[in-house]
Order: sequence, then C-alpha cells, then structure tokens
Amino acid sequence: MPADGGIGASTKRREDVRFLTGNGNYTDDINANGQAYVYFLRSEMAHAKINGIDTSEAEKMDGVIRIFTGEDFTEVGGVPCGWEVTDRFGNAMQEPRHPILAHGKARHVGDPICAVVAETLEQARDAAEAIELDLEELPAVIDMKDALKDGSPKVHDELESNLCYDWGFVEENREAVDEAIRNAHHVTTLELRNNRLIANPMEPRVAIGMFDRTTDEHTLYTTSQNPHVIRLLMGAFVLGIPEHKLRVISPDVGGGFGTKIFHYAEEAFCTFAAKAVNRPVKWTCSRSEAFVSDAHGRDHVTKIELAMDEDGNFLALRTDTHANMGAYLSTFAPSVPTWLHGTLMAGNYKTPLIYVNVKAVFTNTVPVDAYRGAGRPEASFQLERVIDKAAYEIGKDPIELRRQNFITEFPYATPVAVEYDTGDYNATMDKMIEIADLAGFEKRAAESADNGKLRGLGVNCYIEACGIAPSNLVGQLGARAGLYESATVRVNATGSISVMTGSHSHGQGHETAFPQVIADMIGIDASQVDIVHGDTSKVPMGMGTYGSRSLAVGGSAMVRATEKIINKAKKIAAHLMEASEGDIELKDGQFTVAGTDKSVAWGDVTLAAYVPHNYPLEELEPGLEETAFYDPANFTYPSGAYACEVEVDPETGKVTIERFSAADDFGNIVNPMIVDGQVHGGIGQGIGQALLEQAVYDEDGQLISGSYMDYAMPRADDVPFYTVDHSCQTPCTHNPLGVKGCGEAGAIGSPPAVVNAVVDALRRAGQDITHIDMPLTPSRVWQAMQS
Amino acid sequence: MTQVTMTVNGKAVSGEAEGRTLLSQFLRDGLGLTGTHVGCDTSQCGACSVHVNGKLVKSCTMFAVEADGAEVLTVEGEADEDGTLSTIQQAFQDHHGLQCGFCTPGMVMATKSLLAANPKPTEAEIRAYLSGNICRCTGYHNIVKAIMAASGQDVSAIAAE
Repeated sequence: MPADGGIGASTKRREDVRFLTGNGNYTDDINANGQAYVYFLRSEMAHAKINGIDTSEAEKMDGVIRIFTGEDFTEVGGVPCGWEVTDRFGNAMQEPRHPILAHGKARHVGDPICAVVAETLEQARDAAEAIELDLEELPAVIDMKDALKDGSPKVHDELESNLCYDWGFVEENREAVDEAIRNAHHVTTLELRNNRLIANPMEPRVAIGMFDRTTDEHTLYTTSQNPHVIRLLMGAFVLGIPEHKLRVISPDVGGGFGTKIFHYAEEAFCTFAAKAVNRPVKWTCSRSEAFVSDAHGRDHVTKIELAMDEDGNFLALRTDTHANMGAYLSTFAPSVPTWLHGTLMAGNYKTPLIYVNVKAVFTNTVPVDAYRGAGRPEASFQLERVIDKAAYEIGKDPIELRRQNFITEFPYATPVAVEYDTGDYNATMDKMIEIADLAGFEKRAAESADNGKLRGLGVNCYIEACGIAPSNLVGQLGARAGLYESATVRVNATGSISVMTGSHSHGQGHETAFPQVIADMIGIDASQVDIVHGDTSKVPMGMGTYGSRSLAVGGSAMVRATEKIINKAKKIAAHLMEASEGDIELKDGQFTVAGTDKSVAWGDVTLAAYVPHNYPLEELEPGLEETAFYDPANFTYPSGAYACEVEVDPETGKVTIERFSAADDFGNIVNPMIVDGQVHGGIGQGIGQALLEQAVYDEDGQLISGSYMDYAMPRADDVPFYTVDHSCQTPCTHNPLGVKGCGEAGAIGSPPAVVNAVVDALRRAGQDITHIDMPLTPSRVWQAMQS
Repeated sequence: MTQVTMTVNGKAVSGEAEGRTLLSQFLRDGLGLTGTHVGCDTSQCGACSVHVNGKLVKSCTMFAVEADGAEVLTVEGEADEDGTLSTIQQAFQDHHGLQCGFCTPGMVMATKSLLAANPKPTEAEIRAYLSGNICRCTGYHNIVKAIMAASGQDVSAIAAE
C-alpha cells in the first residue's frame, strides 16, 4: 500500500477545504437565471375537508406568477411508495393515494394545500396569506390503538380502515412460539415506546426545478441522498418524464440521515411548475416547515416477551408492535418496521423461536419513514432492554446472560430469514469491558455518591443488517427497486482517474475514502483519483447512500470496475514489455514481468491506451474505462458491545452521560478517522433519542414540538468524549473489500446503553424501576423515582 | 428598499435591502457570500454565525439595515488570501471536525470568537460556548478536539479520534 493514502490510512478529507472556507455548493447556494420562488401554504389542521380555496385576492398581488392547488395535479401520479408489504394473510398492504398537493382533504398539519409561485419568496409568502381556505375540521386520528378501533375516523376514506397492514413473521412459527412461551420456566415482558424523532439534518431541504424548452429537458436540483432514485420515481411514476429527459442533481448535501432519501411532493412540484410557468422554480424549506414536512422517524409501541429456561437460555421471543406510518406512505415506510426490524430480532443470540407481529397504522401525522438505523434501532432497543430486565428478574449478570446466549458459529441462519456471515460477539464484549474500564465502575460510583449523584452502568450488544441489499431478496419482500450500486472508472491518458459512483456523499467523506481504495489496488497516489457523484447525467444508475451501503456496495462496484481496468492494463503492459499477460504483476503503480527487472509505469500504460501506437489493436480496443454494477450477495452484519455510565441527580432527575464506550466490529476499515466520526455521530443521535428528543403531537394533531425551541437537539454540552474502538474485525465474507459499513451502528447501539444505565442507577439507589420510556427527560426520571 | 453599506472581510460592499431583510439573507443573496448558512428560523442552530463589529452574532437575528456601517467577518474571510487555511480551519481538517460541512462556518466563527476571549479553554468551557451551535453529524467529539488543538493544547490524550 502507498505510504499514505491507501486502505487503512486516516487520510484527511479533501472536501473539508471547500466546506471550511465557505465554498460548499449546497442546493440553496445555487440560483438559476430568472428563477421564481414557491411558497407552500400548508394545512394548520391535522384533518380537514377542503371545501374551497379562494385565490382571487392572492392572484392580484405583486409578483405573483401562478397559484397551484390540488386540482392542478389530478392528471399526474401521486407520490409513490417504493415498497409493498404483504400482510400475514397474503394480502397487499392498503396503499392510499398521495397527491402532490392535498386534494379533497388535508391529512396532517403541514400537508401542502396550495403553492404560490412568485418573483420573490417574500411576495409568494405575502400572497399565500391572502388565500382564503374553507376548511372543515374533522376529528384527528392520533393515537395508533384508537385509530384501529371500530368507528374511528379514517385518514383515507377510500381505504377499509386505518390499518396499513398486519404483518407476521415468521407466520408459520407463530404457534410454536406461543407454545414455548406458555411452557417456559420464566418469561420477561416489557412494554415500551420507541419515540418519534425528527432527523433534522442541519441543511433544510431545497428543490430547484428547471425546464428547457429548446431541448425538452427537465433538471431538478435537490437535497437528496439518491438522485437516480428521485429521477426514477418522479419521472416514471409521477410526472411521466422519460429518464433521458430528466436530470437530477444532488450537489453538496448538508446531512441526510435517511430523511433525504425519499421522493417528496415538493420535488415533483418544482419540476412540474418549472415547465408550467416556463421559469425555474426554487423552494427552500424553512426549519419550521421541515418539522411538518420532512419524514419523521421511529414511533413504535411495542410489547416484547422473552422466554427462558431455568438457566437463562433464551427459548423464544415474541413481539407485538404498532408502527406509525403517518398520514401517507413515504417511499420506504412499509419496509422499516417489517423487513428492517423483524429480521433483526435474533440479535446476537441463539434464540430458536421468534415471532414478530407489526400493525402499521395511518394517523393524521407527518409521514414516518427511515431515520438512521431504520428499524434496527427499534429492534435493538426492545431486545436489549428486555434482556436487561430479564437479567435482573432472574438474578444474572447482564453481560453473562448475553454471553451464554451468544451465537458463536458462523455462518448462522437466524429464525428470522437473515443469515449472519461472520462475527465474534465475545471479542467485542471483551474489548468493550476493557475500553470502558468496567473494573473501575464501583469506585466511580462511590465518587458520584460522594457528590450526591446516583451513578449507573448500562451495557448492551447490538447487531445490524446493512450494506443493503440483494436485489432478488428484497424484490421478494416487496421492494419495487433493486439495491445494487454502480461505478464507472475512467482512466485518463495521463494516468489520473475519475470514478463516477452511484453512491452519494452528504458527510461521509467518499471523495477521500473511495480514492484510498483505488490507490491501494493500483499503487498510485490517492490524489490522482477523483470522485464524481450526485448527477444523473454523469453517473450511471445507482441507488444512492443510506443503509450503511456506500463502501459495502458502492465500494464493491468500484473494486469490480477497477479489477476490469487492471486486467486490461496488464494486457497493455504485457504488449509493451513483450511478455506474457500471465507474468505481469502490478505493485506500487509499476507493472513488472515476474522474475525480471522489466517494468513499465502506470502512466505509460494509460498513455498507450489512449495513444495506441504500440498497442495490440487486433485484440484490444483502445481506451481504459470500465463500468461495474454490483449486487450484494447478502446484507452485512456489523455488531458490537456498548457501555454507558450516567449520573442521575436525585433532586431533579437530570441525567448526564459520564462515559460512553463503543466496541464495534465493522470488518475491514478503509479510513479509521472517518469510521470513528460516523460512530461518534451515531452515538450523539442515540443519546439525543434516549434523553432529549421527541416529536410530540397533542390530541388535535398539532405538532407541539415544532421548532428547535421545543424539540431538544443534542448540543455539545449534552455529550462527553466517546471512547470508540474498531480493532475487532471479522471481515465480511461476501464483498471484495470485506467491509461491513458503519454509518448507523452508533445510533442503533446507544439508546439501550443509556436507558440501561439510568435504570441501573435508580436500582442501585433502591428504586424498583424496570423501565422508563425515552426520552428520559429530568421530569420523567424524577416522576419514576417518586412512584 | 434601502441601500446598505458595510465592510465584509475587509472589503467595502453595498447592496439593496428591504427593512425586513435579515443580515443572513443579505450576505447570501445580496452579496453572494453563501458560506453563511441558514439552518433554522428560531435562532437556535448557529449555522449563520458571523462577527459584527467584533462580536459573535447569529446573522439571522439582525436585519441587514442594522448592520449598515458595520465591520462584518464571515467564514469566507477566514483563510489567507492565498488560500492557506487558518489555524482554526486547519485544526478542524486535521481532527475531522466536520462531516457534511453545513454547521461548519458557524463553528469556525464561534471558535474564532471563543479563542479570542479564552485562549486555552477547557473541554467544559468549549462545550458550554458551543450551546448556540448545533451539529447533527459529528456528535461534537471531533469539534471539541479540533478547538482544543487550535488553541495549542495537547489533544493526544483524548480518546481515539
């Protein structure tokens, strides 16, 4: 590997230079000549019949170009859902229409009803205030269990009920699970909520639609994690624009965390409107608007039961979950509580019988979809909390109870469809114990007590399934898309390389990490390699970045394409050195003939490819550019063990995180610095979920936590330094890099650690507390201590 | 519309603004200085932080007309003329103190202000000072580390980066 810059190097990021100097190119920084601005007038009621919309006064106002309503979109497709779930009776899920602008009814606070396009944003906003909406308020459907009762108002009148689907997995095992639980020596039961969250990437969403009448081509700039997916969904299913006439560009994007995966109505609106008014149309979401229009995350209510024998061996697991879909089905929404959650219920454990039931419910709230971890945090949280409770109930150490149930032989076929390729859960547990200095806990607890604080220790494991995903498999499970990734590796005559990747970086550092892989394979300096992403005109069809898939899938595509490049380059080198292809070796950017001192440099070979004078033209085309599409054989399975120490102030219930340690197994690592950064960020979000964050609706469907004033985002003084370790590495067995992905692990493994720690702190103080629902605000902790 | 004049990053600039135009909008749209970012509309996030007459200010909390005649520093003025990163910027790059980069201009300007007032801040002082700057990507670990490094303090003892 080159001295600096190959696989394993903590290479500093080249993209930092533009971000640090204010030269990033975020979508709101982009302005088109002659652009107009759109302001969406959104419902302030959770559920209302739209009896009339009077735009007459608004239309007369200065600068107004055109005002759109739901009537303008009856001929185009609605916002599509990309995943069809089949319920446990074999029926397709209930799938409502999701119009671009609300039509007939508004179904959540924030549902867009009108769109005002004007010369300036201020004029659009001013005109929107002059629109008269005749809305008839209807009772709001907010609580999921109430939503399923007979006689509940329906969010979608055309559907039978508010039940999207009743999913069971594995349905054939249900009776065996029920029986095992009936007959078990001990059953631990836990009821919990996984709190509704809002991803809140720091950059709000933006969309700029443009239409060129001379070429009949549409362009959409959007803050998306996956421009090709937007092009496909919007072009094929909403607006009927052929793909070659639609270019989607995601430039620098300021964070995504899942929320920027989905195709949103605003994107389709801007694209449609740009043609309708023959002007570019720009939309910038305000943060308050984001709270009621970005997809929310999590929001499960779960009952979980763990059956054990008299020695604490896990016999069976049964879970019952209500999962909130919100008012409409967002792009991936049905898959999150099912295939991304149910399939993780084995966790790190040998539990032989598992049954998961999920009822997905429509409510008059913002649509809910994937958010960092997408289903896996929900799975890990309930599993690791019930195990913690079980340990307490049967008097076993929480670490020992986990260890005795660990899976230790791989590959391991879980009873919930997924097969883990490799892992070593005892290794990460040992590592966590070491880096967290668990041995010193009692001493620290005594010090905390001296200071009047209650100290607690929470430990947990996690496993997750990412690197999504094998197309065949997800197709059978209802996905309406494939989940491969693409890469075109274009070598230039002078030896530099451009990689067009379907992956998209919105903070993950691909521009630095991806070249490290190629630098390693060829032996040239990483600075010679340039990454191109985010533009559907430049990059072959790809599925984008989420589900911790960039290196595992995108990187693998890049490796396969580079292998093709190296193969061809060796043929050229063989010709140049008059040797046989089989004798050519490539190392450190030099092609050599084995057993001789003949060599030719990378740059000479690349030049020959494009200036083919001394070249085997009869057998080989000139040029040096190859494409690969990589469809993964399986998910990847990062896993780990986490430990959290908290202090609880008994007077106020305030919890502070004193220590947080994470031992993760991500398989092989390309850039350790970037990997650690991903874990830090995930832990920060997990602590946010555990202690601070919640999207709260009142019974009328008003979002009470509607801005950063009321939705508590973690700040620098809410978290400590973290101790993270990734030295335990069991490489993924089925992708060429052996990588597992690391983007979501921190957010998956951390909430149970925090809650386990607080419960431990209170128990040590003599309180018989088994659970507190997240977020563990001072008020909730204090209340728990009083009862 | 009013004509507003100020010095930005040492250069005299002028532009039109309505009474209601925020300084953040004026910088971004009026002057084309898009390094200052808008991340919220309730003045919590700090992505719009700049210096006005030597003070750290969230530019979304000021009208452009209020900054008439002021000396303003934005992130675009932080690096040297030849592009060499400042000590603060270099420390952020060295220690991976940014991921998506959206909060970063605000973090840089806040750091500048902090270190001017407190040249060797402790971890706790840094974390408290950053209460007006929200980051969603980094979990703050490397930001705090970068700031300590920028102040010349030894960060080798801080847990793995």
